[in-house]
Amino acid sequence: MSTLEPLLGRRSKPGAGTPRKRAKGRPVWEEPPSFIGQFGKGAVLTVVVLAVVLPLYAIILTSLSSEAAITRAGGSLVLVPDGLSLNAYHEIFANGVVTRAVVVSFMITAVGTGVSMALSILCAYGLSRARSVGHRFFLTMMIFTMFFSGGLIPGFLVVTQLHGYDQYWALILPSCISVFNILIMRGFYQATARDLVDAARIDGAGDWRILWSVVLPTTKAVTAVMTLFYAVGYWGSWFNTLLYMPFDNNKWPLSYVLYEYVNIGAKMPGLDQAGSGAAVQHQVAPPFAISMAVVVLTLLPILIVYPFLQKHFTKGMLTGAIKG
Amino acid sequence: MAVMADGAAVPEETRPETKAPPREREGRDPAPAKRQISLRVRLRRDKSLLIMIVPTMLVLLVFNYLPMFGTISAFEFYDPIYGFFHSNWVGLQNFNQLFGDSAFWHAFQNTLVLSLVQLILYFPIPIALAILLNTVLSTKLRSFIQAVVYLPHFFSWVLVITIFNQMLGGAGLLNQFLRQHHMATWDIMTNGSTFKYLITFQAVWKEAGWGIIVFLAALAAIDPALYESAAVDGAGRWRRMWHITLPGMRGMIILMLVLRLGNALNVGFEQMLIQRQAVGPQHAEVLDTFAYYYGISGNNFGYGAAAGLFKGVISLILIFAANKAAHRLGEDGLYRK
Repeated sequence: MSTLEPLLGRRSKPGAGTPRKRAKGRPVWEEPPSFIGQFGKGAVLTVVVLAVVLPLYAIILTSLSSEAAITRAGGSLVLVPDGLSLNAYHEIFANGVVTRAVVVSFMITAVGTGVSMALSILCAYGLSRARSVGHRFFLTMMIFTMFFSGGLIPGFLVVTQLHGYDQYWALILPSCISVFNILIMRGFYQATARDLVDAARIDGAGDWRILWSVVLPTTKAVTAVMTLFYAVGYWGSWFNTLLYMPFDNNKWPLSYVLYEYVNIGAKMPGLDQAGSGAAVQHQVAPPFAISMAVVVLTLLPILIVYPFLQKHFTKGMLTGAIKG
Repeated sequence: MAVMADGAAVPEETRPETKAPPREREGRDPAPAKRQISLRVRLRRDKSLLIMIVPTMLVLLVFNYLPMFGTISAFEFYDPIYGFFHSNWVGLQNFNQLFGDSAFWHAFQNTLVLSLVQLILYFPIPIALAILLNTVLSTKLRSFIQAVVYLPHFFSWVLVITIFNQMLGGAGLLNQFLRQHHMATWDIMTNGSTFKYLITFQAVWKEAGWGIIVFLAALAAIDPALYESAAVDGAGRWRRMWHITLPGMRGMIILMLVLRLGNALNVGFEQMLIQRQAVGPQHAEVLDTFAYYYGISGNNFGYGAAAGLFKGVISLILIFAANKAAHRLGEDGLYRK
């Protein structure tokens, strides 16, 4: 403990009564920690946390840095703030491709998450009452899709035969159901207090009313977590675009723009008209700050939503994982 | 509306002499259901439930079951113009060609090697980190670390690989540092021979947090009294870990192992697809990318479907085998015996 707490700028509190410092919460029977052990633990955990935080910090900072600052840093990521500017963001929002991609991604995420959640909630509730008609059959039918799939090509062929090529629904519908999520939700719905459900039924509520007024309000945590899972899936969805919409850059979602212009390094159309001298020099790939700004745009919604939902995860995920 | 329908359904099956309101019968539905209720009545009782299931079942039917049926394209010389029904039937020719194709076997071999490397290097890490994190006493610090480590789970592969490129790629931070200090550069992102370790590292970075949460759940279920009595009996830290912590996690470890083995042929499709160009197909070609490149990019749909079907069948066998093994070990696995 004592080595870790300074890292976060917190004081370690002396244990109550004992002459040696005993960290709060450490059971009496436990031997006091060795210095090396504590140090090693602190070091490992610090490295683990830094491995996640450092890249994100550097990328966000770089996207906010001026061209000059990036050049001074050697043309790679900037680690120390040195001349901030919002130029990169001005340019990408002046540039049609990225703005459109952001809108498309938001639309796909909103519509897709809505569809997925509606279907999943209904299906999870529909299967939650034991011994309803066909309940075993439908459950088996769902679970079987987790074990066996027709594979990539037949799926692609089915969607193209249904004229899904270049259509937005092809980015949403083929993967809008996660059987795993439905099973987790079903577990939660089954665990909803039977008394409440029975009371509602006695009061004359049908299944739609019970789902809406009893089950959903008591399972908000799992609804929040599942919404996030689906939303994140749609937000980052890339492969469906590669399959069904790889050529029309006017229709691409943000993740595909990220792939094409940042990852592959293709030339972003419209950038050289944006009037920046830097953009004209780099005929091959967009300037570095702009690339990083695109990365940040893909990151940002996740970073914004994450803290709000984080408290639900452990609850939702734990139970989900155990029930899995 | 549904309420009315439900209510109306009940009187027919209620004993006529009961004065009890009809829906009460519904309330205790399943428990005494042994008395035979005719299917028609049950159908009417569960009408709303069935209606709720229908949309999902339709989606599964179209996008999961139709493609299963569509695997017949593996036995055809599939032509998009003629579709599944009118394409030329070629029997096992696609498979004959596939099994004689060294590129296919190479992809298969890559898949197995990558899977094995991931199993050995990736699998223990979340377990170790969960045990380590569990010893952190401050709840706040613990949930902070947990939140940070779990974050990349929500990033897409495109994002993860972009981040890795910026950190470890030829123009990335690491090589920048090496150049500035006049050391030899090391472009990990395009180095074929270390690619298997790179993708494992990426998988750890992205998914370890998820694993940690799962294993922490298992740790939380261990009775603290066990530790106390072991400590009183003189068992030290490591003994307690060996004799209490690890056995306590056994069920979860085996479950995760079963999941991993059942998914052994899925070695990060998007991850491979995105990086295939950079490291070259001889290192990054796996069964999925093989099916994609030959089937969709190469317009040889039947051939790609054959590779996909091969993978699907082997995966199915692996899932059953892994579950069998779990049952042998006295655990549930994915499903019960």
